[in-house]
Amino acid sequence: MNTGIPIQYFLILATIMFFTGIYGFLTRRNLITILMSTELILNSVNINFMAFNRYLFPHKLDGMFFSLFIIAVAAAEAAVAISIIINIYRRFTTINVEDVDEMKY
Amino acid sequence: MTANQIMFILFSVMIVTFSILTVTSRKILRAAVYLLFVLVSTSGLYFMLNYQFLAAIQLTLYAGGIVVLIIFSILLTSHISQKFESIEWKKSFFTALAVIGGAIVTIVTILDHRFAASKQAAAEVNMRFIGKSLLWTGFEGYALPFEVISVLLIAAMVAAIVIAKKSGPSGSDSQTLKK
Repeated sequence: MNTGIPIQYFLILATIMFFTGIYGFLTRRNLITILMSTELILNSVNINFMAFNRYLFPHKLDGMFFSLFIIAVAAAEAAVAISIIINIYRRFTTINVEDVDEMKY
Repeated sequence: MTANQIMFILFSVMIVTFSILTVTSRKILRAAVYLLFVLVSTSGLYFMLNYQFLAAIQLTLYAGGIVVLIIFSILLTSHISQKFESIEWKKSFFTALAVIGGAIVTIVTILDHRFAASKQAAAEVNMRFIGKSLLWTGFEGYALPFEVISVLLIAAMVAAIVIAKKSGPSGSDSQTLKK
């Protein structure tokens, strides 16, 4: 199977990806790029699930199913987020988070 | 060095480089394409771990669905050639400091922990087993999360349609605001 790759390598890779996503989430000012950062975060968590499943519990499939559910949740989240973003763009003609600061309907 | 290790190094270098480029690129369309590369290399990792079904899901749903959705919304909301103004160095510096600190703490914890690798034989992942588990209500069945996810998907779909609708029957605020 995965001869010569310890589980720690996968976890470290996922950690780097997760914190890169956090960095983007905190510094970006555009709603779509913030959404992209959250996709990075969710994806790194999926890598963790798969590595744990393969290395520690290879006789079960719990990690795989939960990654499947995370992917479904991410897809639903992206759809709703993008519809909100498009609606915000219609109202304010910008999707910069600093210019969108009013909730009045 | 085995072929497995070479592939792992290739995928991890791609993932790290392109995820950093995704969050730092000043052109939004490029950032989306870098995100696509990250997702494709992640599915490569899943193939390496022998989860072909999930790798295929990753390719079709993430790389095929979500990235296309993001690119469409980019084209609807901003000019392709538009560049972001660069973030002030103070903010970027302190965020990077916090993020690197968090990453170091996590990596030290990972390296400190002893993971007991299992000796049990790997379960075979075939479509028949996946389908049975997803609809099985007994032990190690996933019927409940499966139903919850289906309700969530229909709710998200309805919500997306309602929110993105041009304007309601009574409200025409969006038109008046533009004028």
